[in-house]
Amino acid sequence: MNHSSKKRMVVQKVAFAGMSLVASLTVVFIILIVVYIFSMGAGAISFEFIFSAPYDGMRSGGILPAIIGTFYLTVGTAVLAVPLGLGAAIYLSEYAPDNQVTRIIRIAITNLSGIPSVVYGLFGLGLFVLFLRLGTSILAASMTLAIMTLPVIISTAEEALRAVPQSFRVVSISLGGTRLQTIRKIVLPEAMPGILTGVILGLERAAGETAPIMFTGAAFFLPQLPTSLTDATMALPYHLFVIATQVPGMPIQIQFGTALVLLVFVLGMNLIASIIRSRARAKRQW
Amino acid sequence: MDTPFIPGPQQRKAQAIFSQAIEILITAVVKAMGYSAIVFVIMIFYFLMSEGIAAVGEVPLSVLFSARWYPIEGYYGILPLIGGSLLVTVGATLFAVPIGLATAIYISEIAPRWMREVLKPIIEILAGLPSVVLGFIGIIALAPQLRVLLDLPTGLTALAGSILLGLIAIPTIVSVAEDALDSVPRSYRDAALAIGATRWQTIMRVTLPAARSGVLTGVMLGVGRAIGETMTVMMVTGNAPVMVRSLSAILMPTRTMTATIAAEMGEVAKGSVHYHVLFLIGVILFLISLIVNIIASAMVFRVKKRAERILS
Amino acid sequence: MDKIVIEDFSIEYSDGTESLRHINLHIPANQLTVLFGPAGGGKSTLLRSINRLNDLADVKSTKGQILFDGINILDKKVDVINLRRKVGMVFARPVVLPFSIRRNLTYGFELAGVRDAVLIEESVERSLVQSALWDEVKDRLDEPAISLSGGQQQRLCLARSLIQQPEVILLDEPTSGLDPISTLKVENSLQDLKQDYTIVLVPHSVQQAARTADTAAFFLQGELIEVGIGAELFTNPTESRTQRYIEGRYG
Repeated sequence: MNHSSKKRMVVQKVAFAGMSLVASLTVVFIILIVVYIFSMGAGAISFEFIFSAPYDGMRSGGILPAIIGTFYLTVGTAVLAVPLGLGAAIYLSEYAPDNQVTRIIRIAITNLSGIPSVVYGLFGLGLFVLFLRLGTSILAASMTLAIMTLPVIISTAEEALRAVPQSFRVVSISLGGTRLQTIRKIVLPEAMPGILTGVILGLERAAGETAPIMFTGAAFFLPQLPTSLTDATMALPYHLFVIATQVPGMPIQIQFGTALVLLVFVLGMNLIASIIRSRARAKRQW
Repeated sequence: MDTPFIPGPQQRKAQAIFSQAIEILITAVVKAMGYSAIVFVIMIFYFLMSEGIAAVGEVPLSVLFSARWYPIEGYYGILPLIGGSLLVTVGATLFAVPIGLATAIYISEIAPRWMREVLKPIIEILAGLPSVVLGFIGIIALAPQLRVLLDLPTGLTALAGSILLGLIAIPTIVSVAEDALDSVPRSYRDAALAIGATRWQTIMRVTLPAARSGVLTGVMLGVGRAIGETMTVMMVTGNAPVMVRSLSAILMPTRTMTATIAAEMGEVAKGSVHYHVLFLIGVILFLISLIVNIIASAMVFRVKKRAERILS
Repeated sequence: MDKIVIEDFSIEYSDGTESLRHINLHIPANQLTVLFGPAGGGKSTLLRSINRLNDLADVKSTKGQILFDGINILDKKVDVINLRRKVGMVFARPVVLPFSIRRNLTYGFELAGVRDAVLIEESVERSLVQSALWDEVKDRLDEPAISLSGGQQQRLCLARSLIQQPEVILLDEPTSGLDPISTLKVENSLQDLKQDYTIVLVPHSVQQAARTADTAAFFLQGELIEVGIGAELFTNPTESRTQRYIEGRYG
């Protein structure tokens, strides 16, 4: 080995070491954040914390209304965004011709995914809360979150649909199937795990968002549970924001406990998505 | 079984007509759903403009483009807010791009397979962390550390915002850049290695340049996320709408456009000047994200595979 | 008697690839007609026109007629679904659907809304016997089709195309990925199937064309160069381009 190639190997070693160091530090840092919240928040978790409403200016009691509220908002988002997103994905993957209009649809989806969440909040306030007179409500907040989640669902579902081999479609059509039959009997079932993964990841984002619901449906403090879609609701992310910044003398443990519950909610969805994905990969026949 | 291809009206079974009608109906519905994305973008722009445009009439441009944001007394200068957003975003970019790229290169080119399988889901966790949780961590842990470390009056600074926004941008940069690196054909690398390049030289001179457009897209999208991020910056930057005049501003509190909307929208009266100006800021954010995303998607090089898709 | 008559048929794709120009061809009933020639000559395109599978592709224009029992199937009023039920197709790579062996076979019935269990059960057996697969799979019909070997998969695809008793079977290089033994099995099945069906085959080699053809048609770059009785065309072609191709000078 001559001098210059030795030097090159040293450069490579140093560079590889540097890269692996950066990558590991990033990952360690992420793990640290999660572990930190778990260890600090675990002490706050009790039956009362999960299953009762806050009192004493939120400095005591639990966070049940916020948990239920986030659950409602997530379900509301799913009900609105999943059919619409799936339909749009089916259109793009199975029907859309390769033309200018389709390109504009794709640009629109990319732009929807890039619009800041707080701008969605403004839009929801302008359209749903004020113009459509839904008021600050679960309905208005879910609609806002649904439009925000739509691009995530469309693009992941489209990707899953496109991953189904084209040959399956051709065979189905050649056997006398209509497009719709082909989609219903082969394409959708085969793409379902991928679609579900995308849907859950989209909803995970919606569940953790604060800015879009601040002016559209989230309440600062509501001891009782919402009873209708037109009620405002507490929500975990907004609650965490409130108790971390707006309430003086807030016990630190309640803050960590709230962060922990939100984290478990979100990471739980992430975990479910990963399980669906890896199971589907193992079972896949193509 | 012997049905002719051109059926007369009496031979065509009612059932077949029904199922064809369903097919046409569903196709139309699905098409409308596809088009809905365009409708939503237009609607969002319309609703932002319909409230925001009034501000231009109510507030003289010289006030709007002044350096003082103090709405209670009628000062609606948005320059400090734009400056704050830029400051924090540039800081986040400086922080996130090197780390994100290094991580992407490590995952795609250097790490063994099992390591890749461990790293990717963990990076995904970061992408899933709600911004309010990161903001909370910023208040509780990061800001106090920065205050002590840098001997500042407060840790709630543009720097804290930059670091956390960087964290938010990293997963986007990593995943898009890693995809781009991954899609560089194996043969490129083999060719470089075959003529005696080290793996490192191959990465720097062949793989990375070949994946350039995808990597840049990842960076753009990461930066785009950082500009639009709201809760984290609102919680950790101290929220002082001060004009950025020197580099030292990074160690002082600042206030971004997004945080301004989030912090003040809840308290303004509908139809007031303040309300309109906040919508105008929304319009500006909308346009910035539009530009960033159009540039990012224009950079993605897509190979057309249409004929291949249908006939193989 | 001619099952299919192709009259002055031309087709062009939007991207300009693989078009056919002015094709005139008679496909006799209950015979095996072979379409052969170098790659890119338009053989597959012609096959896919007979069951209108080209509707899925970006076709710029079609001209002329394809008469199926005297009816022009390029006519807009034609019920394409019905046509495809009468025309079975087997592709170059075995494409088994991600179902069980049985459901792969019955999928066509499922699409057509046929629920007659006795008919379905009989058809499963008949089609598997016809494609020489019955003995190998009769005890494992509910296993995933993907568990079959490549040769078995392709015979399953043949059986699947036969199950609704079509009138015509189109085969696009059906043995290109198979070993010689599986290839022979498929070829033998085809010879038997001629009694009941009209078969159009794009072979994967000149040798296969010569072995199997009753009628042979030579395609070169979108044109039909010549048509003849199988044995004659391969021993004594009239066109020099055909001769040189058969001799292996190009292609």
